[in-house]
Amino acid sequence: MYEHLETAENRAELKRVVVDPVSRVEGHGKVTLLVDDNNIVKQARLHIVEFRGFERFIQGRPYWELPVLVQRLCGICPVSHHLAAAKAIDQLAGIDPDDLPVSADKLRRLLHFGQVMQSHALHFFHLSSPDLLFGFDSDISKRNIVAVLAEHTDIGLKGVKLRKYGQEVIRMVSGKRVHGTGAIAGGMNKALSITERDYLLADIDQMIAWSQDAVALIKQVHCANLPYYDEFATIKSNYLGLIKPNGALELYHGGIRAKTAEGDTITDHYDYCQYNDLIHEEVRSWSYMKFPYLLSLGKENGWYRVGPLARVNNCDFIDTPLAEAARVEFKAHGGQAAMVHSTLAFHWTRLIEVLHCAESIKLLLNDPDILGGELVRQGEKRYEGIGVIEAPRGTLFHHYQVDENDIVTKANLIVSTTSNNMGMNESVRQVAAEYLSGHELTEPLLNNLEVAIRAYDPCLSCATHALGKMPLKLELRSWQSEDLLASLTKHSDGRIEHARI
Amino acid sequence: MTDALNTHASKPVLVLAVGNPSRGDDALGPLLLEKLESGLPALDSIELLTDFQLQIEHAMDLQNRSLVLFVDASVAVEQAFSLEALSPERDDSFTSHAMTPAAVLAVYQMVYHEPPPPSFLLSIRGEAFELGAELSALAVGYLEEAYQFSLQFLTQETEHKPILAEALMEGKY
Repeated sequence: MYEHLETAENRAELKRVVVDPVSRVEGHGKVTLLVDDNNIVKQARLHIVEFRGFERFIQGRPYWELPVLVQRLCGICPVSHHLAAAKAIDQLAGIDPDDLPVSADKLRRLLHFGQVMQSHALHFFHLSSPDLLFGFDSDISKRNIVAVLAEHTDIGLKGVKLRKYGQEVIRMVSGKRVHGTGAIAGGMNKALSITERDYLLADIDQMIAWSQDAVALIKQVHCANLPYYDEFATIKSNYLGLIKPNGALELYHGGIRAKTAEGDTITDHYDYCQYNDLIHEEVRSWSYMKFPYLLSLGKENGWYRVGPLARVNNCDFIDTPLAEAARVEFKAHGGQAAMVHSTLAFHWTRLIEVLHCAESIKLLLNDPDILGGELVRQGEKRYEGIGVIEAPRGTLFHHYQVDENDIVTKANLIVSTTSNNMGMNESVRQVAAEYLSGHELTEPLLNNLEVAIRAYDPCLSCATHALGKMPLKLELRSWQSEDLLASLTKHSDGRIEHARI
Repeated sequence: MTDALNTHASKPVLVLAVGNPSRGDDALGPLLLEKLESGLPALDSIELLTDFQLQIEHAMDLQNRSLVLFVDASVAVEQAFSLEALSPERDDSFTSHAMTPAAVLAVYQMVYHEPPPPSFLLSIRGEAFELGAELSALAVGYLEEAYQFSLQFLTQETEHKPILAEALMEGKY
């Protein structure tokens, strides 16, 4: 592995390269490299430079507000926070997951499939397909969705419409495109009407067909570039995620399964309400983002990856036929290995999940339970609730404690990207060591670092945005004097300016 | 494909506000929409939409419109608010989860092979964007000024809007 590149010994003698901010990810992160006079990389780190204060935002609020409030933590996956919070406050209202009304459970799953589908479609078609279709080192003016629409119109359009369809599922189930109030403590606040159901059914077969096309596309791209795609940014890791009781891939509710890099089981069907006994988080001085690890394996060996690659690696099968066939093909491409470790395979597995979501949406739309029946159930009040789901980027934990007045006194969130913190850092170090070290650091080469990070689809911050921010600036500075040695600036029109001082 | 997603029973005017209501002055867009919802004399011909940030699929919301007004908080505006006419632009927001209005227009043009509807961006000055923060004191005033302008802008006859916009940009408003 590449942990030896986390901290260099002779830092004072090294030059510093900064990629700040990392583009095409949500939020604000930066990469720093320390290189010697021969451009040999001695240290590489992905830093998270914004402190979010999620817990402080939540504490002091009445718990029944949380499913709406927590959507404002993130503009990319608000529904994931909405559902994780809803699962946690179900428990505060005395309802365990197995006691949720059948209709409410199915409506939540439908909402979640819509969310995962639109999030994955955005990431693949909008943020990653330019790299994959045009090449990591391609002209920067090409690395965007408009270039994809211009040169691969059919692919670009499918991406826009798959994303839109997922958003429409969210709108129909939760009543609004954003700030919806679909899930409430103990259930859902509305069923789907027949008109809404029929509106979504009208296009679902097309969405399934396009999802199949997307899986075929990523398989073609990946396999056409073997072994490069299997090696780029690739690291061996443990994997963690929820799993169905029968071992099938699960996105909404299940026990935790964790496997080693060799495919051996670390834990299986673990009750996520005991997550504090399974996972601890380490703080490192150079990043605001914590480093979670499996307690049983320790800080050094216990870090793990989450998200689509982890889920597809961990599951025994997928319970929708087209996605299962795609999973079998995916696993076969890696030969006899129990686990696929290729970081770029995140893309492939992401699209397998899009197909699974589309198939699952069709099944649910044809299920009469989503049209009515019991929607809410209440039990005896509790003072602690824990909700865990598989968000698009991986396992998401919400944990609340409340007082006798239903006010949140303590909150703990472990967001998916935090679980991938060590994985992203290791991938950055792998790329730095194998592809950058010893070369002059040009923008296309540095984009390789961003390609590695983007594969994880990280969500590094929340939904804040304001016009007038510079998207990418690289600086090469003397580590000793901080003098600027060279800079690389990407302007608003995509023009690159390279200045050597 | 039945293409239900494309059969949009649109109102002719779309006001599309972006921002996170829980991030200080980022709430300016959604708050303006709330004020318009109660302040506009009629919503028969005006659709009010809000979202956290602009994305590729918002290009589909522009279909069958005669006018689109984007509303957003901005750190780059020197006065309380500004209005600018938009044209499709392939800018660097394509490299982000959040797109600019001009980039959304560019996607519209690529998807539908036609020019987007006449579109304007109303930028309201923002000062602070912390998670959990209220609207800043200064932004409260900026919001009211932007609201008064928006009311006038949206209730003018459609053909007069470019004239009003031009007057505003020349400082005559």
